[in-house]
Amino acid sequence: MKIQVLLSLVLELKDKPGQLLRAIEPISRLGGNIIGVVHKRDRVSPLERISVEISVKIDEGRVEELIEALKRNGVVVKAYNEVRLVASTSLLLVGHIIHTDLSDTVNTIDATGFAEVVEMHISMPEVNEPSTAMVTVSATGKDELKKAVSLLKETCRKKDIMVIEPLNEDLA
Amino acid sequence: MKDVKGLKRVAIAGFGVVGRGLAKALVTKKDVLIKRAGDYRIAAICDSKGGIYSEEGVDVFEAIRIKEKEGRLPEELTVEDIIDRIDILFECTPTNVETGEPGLSHIKLALENGVDVITSNKGPLVVGYKELMKTAKKTGAKLMYEATVGGAMPIIKLVKNELAGNEVLSIKGILNGTCNYILSRMEQEKMPYSQILSEAQELGIAEADPTYDVEGIDAAAKLVILANSLMNSNATFSDVERTGISSITPEAFEIAAMKGYTIRLIAEATRDELRVSPRLVPFNSPLCVYGTLNAALIQTDLAGEVVVMGRGAGSSETASAMLSDFVELSRCGSK
Repeated sequence: MKIQVLLSLVLELKDKPGQLLRAIEPISRLGGNIIGVVHKRDRVSPLERISVEISVKIDEGRVEELIEALKRNGVVVKAYNEVRLVASTSLLLVGHIIHTDLSDTVNTIDATGFAEVVEMHISMPEVNEPSTAMVTVSATGKDELKKAVSLLKETCRKKDIMVIEPLNEDLA
Repeated sequence: MKDVKGLKRVAIAGFGVVGRGLAKALVTKKDVLIKRAGDYRIAAICDSKGGIYSEEGVDVFEAIRIKEKEGRLPEELTVEDIIDRIDILFECTPTNVETGEPGLSHIKLALENGVDVITSNKGPLVVGYKELMKTAKKTGAKLMYEATVGGAMPIIKLVKNELAGNEVLSIKGILNGTCNYILSRMEQEKMPYSQILSEAQELGIAEADPTYDVEGIDAAAKLVILANSLMNSNATFSDVERTGISSITPEAFEIAAMKGYTIRLIAEATRDELRVSPRLVPFNSPLCVYGTLNAALIQTDLAGEVVVMGRGAGSSETASAMLSDFVELSRCGSK
């Protein structure tokens, strides 16, 4: 099995049409799966470049190739870090997710160094009513994923947030 | 002591919905049951306030009529009074998972006196499983309890008989029909919990005080019984990590569905833990069942995964499970 990594790229693009495509084309060509794109239009660099953060799931062996291809396309790669992520799972959180410091909750996992929250959907029907969120956590291995999930559960217990775990024991 | 012709004298303790359903089934199914279990007669029925006894056999329908009219049975009679005049006790009193009473005393008394017991009452098994089994072993009496878990859904004898030789690695199940009804309606109707709960209460699926079901207490009690009897655990009720369903939002179902999941209250026993909690269940899982159904997925070392499904509650369903224990008793040689 090829090991997949989660690659976080911090890129700078010229503020001109078609620039994002230059960043995305090599990713798709090398078989990467884009997990998220954050386009930070409010953060313009002195050289009038715009910062974009892209998270990609990609084979570990193709990371260097991708970085080179991005550079050849005129994309500035400011930083990148790869996390080996081979296991992931989705969990539902129900409760006062926002009012209990969501970023702190997410950070419980991101701070581990072996797992991170890679996706989140939140539904907030009414102010002061409980929210519901589907959180996808990826980790460097099954054991790490279990550890991350139990850390998240502990944090949520303190914040009185219900965690609904998937049935499958096989979390991959 | 058994009658000369091997006629079994049975008694029923507890004459609520379950006890009456069982009594009716013992009468209406008598022709079939005699062939499988040998001849029998209902010698006594006791409820919380009184009882009725007849050496020739109680008139069950008359007893039901009195009970429904008067709210109790006519004579001053307890299980203790009749224990030396019966061979099998059907224990159908209400469940108390904290004390196990009154069922626990009834079962103890019966087993100590060498009387076989068939129970639908979870409480005594949750509180005193090991002790009761020890007593049964000492006196040679048998304790059967298929009706305590999953109603008509066969699980205990299925594992003990049909899957004999397997080691049970884990059990995951939907063991409470009320919760499953509420959750599957929330999934389908996208309505809040409180609204579906009142609907269930109107339909008689949920009790006026639904705590016992919706907080997972009933499912946890059943899980303890499964773990102790099928996985050789020595668990008690407090060993179960338990989360109820009352704070689940309707949005939870919508968001879960985007990933191919629904939500069900799952009781899970593994070697390391016992827990009852709402879980994400894939739509294509055999545990994704609807309405008041119960289901269980049993993971074994030799047979792999085995799934059972069936009606988890109701008087005729419970009677079905108790009758199967009754037949099994005679098959494996009562005393």
